[in-house]
Amino acid sequence: MNLEAIIQQAEQSVANAADLNALDEVRVQYLGKKGEITELLKSLGSLAPEERKSAGQQINVAKQAVMQSINARREFLQQAQLREKLAAERIDVTATGRLMPTGGQHPVTRTIERIESFFGELGFQTKYGPEVEDTYHNFDALNIPEHHPARADHDTFFFNPELVLRTQTSSVQIRTMENEQPPLRIISPGRVYRNDYDQTHTPMFHQVEGLMVDENIRFSDLKGILNDFLTNFFEEDLEVRFRPSYFPFTEPSAEVDVRGKNGKWLEVLGCGMVHPKVLEGVGIDAERYTGFAFGMGVERLTMLRYGVTDLRAFFENDLRFLKQFR
Amino acid sequence: MKFSEQWLREWVNPAISTEALSEQLSMAGLEVDGVEPVAGEFTNVVVGQVVECGQHPNADKLQVTKVDTGDGELHDIVCGAKNCRLGIKVFVAKVGAVLPGNFKIKKTKLRGEPSNGMLCSESELGLADSSPGIMELPEDAPVGQCAREYLKLDDVSIDVDLTPNRSDCLGMLGLAREVGVLNNMPVLQPEEKHIQPSIDDTLPIQLDAPEACPRYLGRVIRDINPTATTPLWMMEKLRRSGVRAIDPVVDVTNYVLLELGHPMHAFDLDQLEGGIVVRYSRPQESLTLLDGNTVELNENTLLIADEKKAVAMAGIFGGEGTGVTESSHNIFLESAFFAPTAIAGKARSYGLHTDASHRYERGVDPQLQRRAMERATELLLDIVGGEAGPVTEAVSGAHIPADKTVELRHARIAHVLGVSLPEARIEEIMQCLGFSLKANENGWSVLVPAYRFDISIEEDLIEEVARVYGYNNIPNTAPVASLTMTRQQEARVNIYAFSQTLISRGFQEVITYSFVDPKAQSRLHPSIPSITLPHPISADMSVMRVSLFPGLIQTVVYNQKRQQPRVRLFEQGLRYIQDENAENGVRQERVLSGIIAGTINDEHWGMEARPVDYFDLKGDVEAILAKTNDLNSFEFVAEEHESLHPGQSASIYRNNEKVGLIGSVHPEHERKLGLHGRTFVFELDLDKIEQRQLPVSESVSKFPANRRDIALIVDENVAAGQVLSAIRKVGGNQLVDLKLFDIYTGQGIEPGQKSLAIALTLQDKERTLEEKDINDVVDRVVESMSEQFKASLRD
Repeated sequence: MNLEAIIQQAEQSVANAADLNALDEVRVQYLGKKGEITELLKSLGSLAPEERKSAGQQINVAKQAVMQSINARREFLQQAQLREKLAAERIDVTATGRLMPTGGQHPVTRTIERIESFFGELGFQTKYGPEVEDTYHNFDALNIPEHHPARADHDTFFFNPELVLRTQTSSVQIRTMENEQPPLRIISPGRVYRNDYDQTHTPMFHQVEGLMVDENIRFSDLKGILNDFLTNFFEEDLEVRFRPSYFPFTEPSAEVDVRGKNGKWLEVLGCGMVHPKVLEGVGIDAERYTGFAFGMGVERLTMLRYGVTDLRAFFENDLRFLKQFR
Repeated sequence: MKFSEQWLREWVNPAISTEALSEQLSMAGLEVDGVEPVAGEFTNVVVGQVVECGQHPNADKLQVTKVDTGDGELHDIVCGAKNCRLGIKVFVAKVGAVLPGNFKIKKTKLRGEPSNGMLCSESELGLADSSPGIMELPEDAPVGQCAREYLKLDDVSIDVDLTPNRSDCLGMLGLAREVGVLNNMPVLQPEEKHIQPSIDDTLPIQLDAPEACPRYLGRVIRDINPTATTPLWMMEKLRRSGVRAIDPVVDVTNYVLLELGHPMHAFDLDQLEGGIVVRYSRPQESLTLLDGNTVELNENTLLIADEKKAVAMAGIFGGEGTGVTESSHNIFLESAFFAPTAIAGKARSYGLHTDASHRYERGVDPQLQRRAMERATELLLDIVGGEAGPVTEAVSGAHIPADKTVELRHARIAHVLGVSLPEARIEEIMQCLGFSLKANENGWSVLVPAYRFDISIEEDLIEEVARVYGYNNIPNTAPVASLTMTRQQEARVNIYAFSQTLISRGFQEVITYSFVDPKAQSRLHPSIPSITLPHPISADMSVMRVSLFPGLIQTVVYNQKRQQPRVRLFEQGLRYIQDENAENGVRQERVLSGIIAGTINDEHWGMEARPVDYFDLKGDVEAILAKTNDLNSFEFVAEEHESLHPGQSASIYRNNEKVGLIGSVHPEHERKLGLHGRTFVFELDLDKIEQRQLPVSESVSKFPANRRDIALIVDENVAAGQVLSAIRKVGGNQLVDLKLFDIYTGQGIEPGQKSLAIALTLQDKERTLEEKDINDVVDRVVESMSEQFKASLRD
């Protein structure tokens, strides 16, 4: 059989091989141990030595040619198979993912954490105090003696004449100063309680108290730090004003307003220089040390920051409301 | 304190707008709460006189009138008011007038009679909320004058929310003084008159409690005209200050209260028996007050009494029996100083709050009594006539608050405020406020006026300087302090780390009230006594929570009612447990608590939405506890709890100390509290779980690990957790991991038993384990389990 014919035949078979198995059969038929071309190579021994070389070369060329065809065909068939497999494996990538939805922080906690962070960077340590509090820490030590009109203004929840739900986080100032000497830098977030419930009051709300006592603390420092805080908290240059006010435990005292988007002033916190009587009451030399204290309403700040319009929503805990704070 | 702007401007009239004046007051610490016009908006209303008045031919309740409004013609007006009668002067809304509410007056016919205008009542002009008839004007009201002009209605009521320290501003006198200082202007005051007595009548006055009442002035006025009426100008000033006119005598005392900030009281002289005694109440004494209520008097209530009986609660409220009435002809006027300490809290203890008590408990100028008495007498004689006797003054000089002198150091002002003001400016501010100054080495000795009860130390004066100088003129500075690092305890898990873990596992943080419904709480925790709030907001917020479960469960119910099928919540906060040994008898423990209900995940095409179970929540709790890097120190022990399903509840122990609990809410509670489906809860004591194991690094083994699976058959009541911790104990150092990968009951296992399939992972740090080493460990484990739990290996 002539070589040309074998090659032609082989290439025809390769081209006709429909899949990899068929192709392999073609390979075996021509190049396998007993394949037609292999047999030709084996038969070389029977040729005359002078013919052997050129015949061998011819057969090898033929073998290479067939092998190349087979490889090319294999490559083609493999690609086709892969394409088919990939097509079969197509998924709808737009279908919803297997998401385990995360929860969220309560907006009030979120604000408290931000406040702790701003003041923490300035070295203010976070302190906590009891919520069922004695009248000494909640009132007397804060220069609000019994029958003081300010005491009546607090709408206090009394358990008995000496025990209340704390009306302000300022009680933590006293507890801290009873145990630590200046320099002091603390903030104290937490729940406070007033017996009042309407559209703008809930019987429980949150305050963050701040206190700094050192040798050279001035009212201008209080102004500076609160201005700085409010600008950072709202991340804009809000108009801030300090308005004289009255708290028995600070002198001078101020309320701080920020100008809302509607142009109206909104009170966001109360503050002042710690009253010398308060310092003396806890054994701190009021001549040597001065300090400032402030108390901010967390709900009010949160409402302004995120546009919450109903204070009561914070404690209804409707998931549809809370899920907005991620 | 509410006042008329016009009235203020009679005393001090700065050239600034109402708005600027309000702003100025607020920025000086007298916070303006509201500014309201004193009348509604209206036009074309004038003074008129009813010159003809007759019955309407077709309507019983109407009258037809002719009214002169000074414009040369008489207007036909039909009026329905009962008090409409011939000759009276009234306000007439002429045709074309527009009344409040954009009510236009047009020519009309009423039941056939022409009506070209309207006779107005107070309420129709926005001067009162309601009025019984048309407003009657004094006889001398000039016909034709515009009503707004006649009553000077282009005025506002300014409401200042005074802080308790500024009792000196509870009257026009103090307010005007303040406005004068702020504008650097003198204040015009009404002339102080001295009324010459025309009769000699007096009542003796005896001060039995001079420390509480060191000064009491009295005056008899006889033969007043009981039919006199309060003049319109006074009624208007009272009205614009929010005070209701009652009768001329009471109106005058109220007027003086508003003008000078000094409360006064008038008695019906004929009802007093003998002289006045100012004394404390006696046991079992009672007094019927002007509002008709009789109160049993506590001891230590300061009283005004005559020789026989109590006649007034001093500085708070007058008595009914001796009050001035329409038939009083002779009166006794009181003008007294009561010490704030004697009055403070007293009114409140009787559930009272009066204009007088409000002022006395904050402090009334102890030097003002005579001026108030003279002013009231002057006004009374003008309005109700009568003959005034001489003023009787009883005084205990030693008990009158002494003049205070407070040192003010120039340097201290800068030290406290952070701004240095020139001496001259400080002196100017102080003097305008009524302080007298004596310069000394470091600054000044400041004599404090008697009416400033709030000034007793240097800082009080510094505040005055700062206030008038303007808080907003003080610079903003950054506080200077030493840069010392704060203590950070790495061995304590921050609360935010716990909450972040829960949040990333799908929990939403909530904040519920610390007071809960006693019914829900006692259902969940029948054996834990709660602390009750005696005066709660409502009955369902009346006990302090002993766990966070009542609030969390209520929140789940709330959200389930709002179509939320999957609820995962947590809260951190205090629970309040009665404990004699704790401070104030209450243990206030920080806890972290959570609740899950509904499906494990949202509905999804590729996940099964099965209901949550105990092990879902246990996994969440273990994730929290793993934050301690010491999960093996925690043990879940099956224990019943009154809130929980008896077969699905565990206590959590850490090194044998109880740190929390977890379980399924008792099905009975679920039903009664309104929960949908199975609900699982946990609560952890934060103080006991925060402790965290600091990492102590060990080198990682280079040798291969070997896994051996064993199946142990044990009694079904044997706790898997105990088996695992027992294996951990006997496994030795080579046992590096342990997994319970199957729990099986059913075919092949005898009833009452279960098979626990456990994977042991063994590894040594120093060498590759040989088969024998591995078998040794496995045998040791199996043997020990057989001893401890009667466990046998499953074939």
